[in-house]
Amino acid sequence: MKINLWGVRGSIPTTGPGNAYYGGNTSCTSVWEDGWLLVLDGGSGIQQLTINNKLASNRIDILLTHLHLDHIQGLGFFRQLFDPSMEVHIWGPAGSSRTLHSRLSRYLSPPLFPVLIRDLPCKLTLHEIENSTFNIGPFTIQSCFVIHPGPTVGFRISGRHSVFTYIPDHEPALGPAGIIENSKWLSGFDLAEGADLLLHDGQYTREEYQSKKGWGHSSIDDAGLLASIAGVKHLLLSHHDPSHSDIQLNEIFAAFIKRTSYPFKCELAREGMEIVLK
Amino acid sequence: MAAYEIEIILNRQLADCLSIPVFITDTNGNLIFYNEPAEVILGKRFEDTGEMPVEEWSTDFNPVDEEGILLPPEELPLVKTLKHAAPFHKTFGIVSLQGKIQKISVTSFPIIGRAGKMLGAVAIFWKTTDE
Repeated sequence: MKINLWGVRGSIPTTGPGNAYYGGNTSCTSVWEDGWLLVLDGGSGIQQLTINNKLASNRIDILLTHLHLDHIQGLGFFRQLFDPSMEVHIWGPAGSSRTLHSRLSRYLSPPLFPVLIRDLPCKLTLHEIENSTFNIGPFTIQSCFVIHPGPTVGFRISGRHSVFTYIPDHEPALGPAGIIENSKWLSGFDLAEGADLLLHDGQYTREEYQSKKGWGHSSIDDAGLLASIAGVKHLLLSHHDPSHSDIQLNEIFAAFIKRTSYPFKCELAREGMEIVLK
Repeated sequence: MAAYEIEIILNRQLADCLSIPVFITDTNGNLIFYNEPAEVILGKRFEDTGEMPVEEWSTDFNPVDEEGILLPPEELPLVKTLKHAAPFHKTFGIVSLQGKIQKISVTSFPIIGRAGKMLGAVAIFWKTTDE
């Protein structure tokens, strides 16, 4: 399973020399196996996504964790949506009263975007997901609702030999008790348990989180604690706060590593990063 | 062991903030969480008991009718909510640890998640008048 990160910035694209190393594009990750391609979220990073490997078919699947703008703003610039020979499947959570199509159309329609969903040239199919399990090519995918404002899921992607868990927006510590250190009471646990790689929200420092409770994101400390309880093998901290420069991210991460001693590998997600799970 | 759905987890976190007694049950009626004010009603601490089956918690706080006769579990609002997936309200008595009957009101409502699935129930308790 090959994983490529095309966008790891949270909330809003952030460009400039101060964040050129970790990158300024918002959430987008691709997962390859046996010629099948999954695109996780359609943030501005999706523009960078290049398909170098040969696809097993003319099908691409886009899995949306939720419909906040930083996770869908690149969709209209994904070239394959405009290719009539392509079959594109978009999977995402519905609202309690609005369909996925209706919710996506709020962005992919004038005045916010010039092209309507129904006018996209590709063969497009939308799939509504909740706490679901489904198969795409060699992948078995589990989606579960996680704590974040609005309907939001995370994904557990099981390939032939490895498991990748993707929860870019998540606030498991919401509440007066913070993270309850009991797997039954931990949002995201079922998705992350024993994963070979967990990409998880780590937008804030623990100090910043105190004034951002309820905004739907995690401190890097809470992300580390969740990864520890879930027994993951490798943690990638993502959804970097747009106000954090490369220098600040390095300082924040160095301090985090200094005060913790987790047994798993932990690093900051970086745009352009490629990880192969065997 | 599978984690609870986030609607249940968020209800626990909310209950933990409140100064009114709150019970949370799963769909089978097992008491999966009660907050600190509810510990006074049960006379037990959640830390000590953990989860409790319906047969245990529903009789533990000795619910009685106006004549002081023990109410069966199926008469309790929380149990009715679990059966009918609807809110219920009832005022009845409970026998305090000192042996006195205390009048309380209970309002219960179902937790029906985003997917329209029944996930459990919540009951809140209101003390009315002492008798």
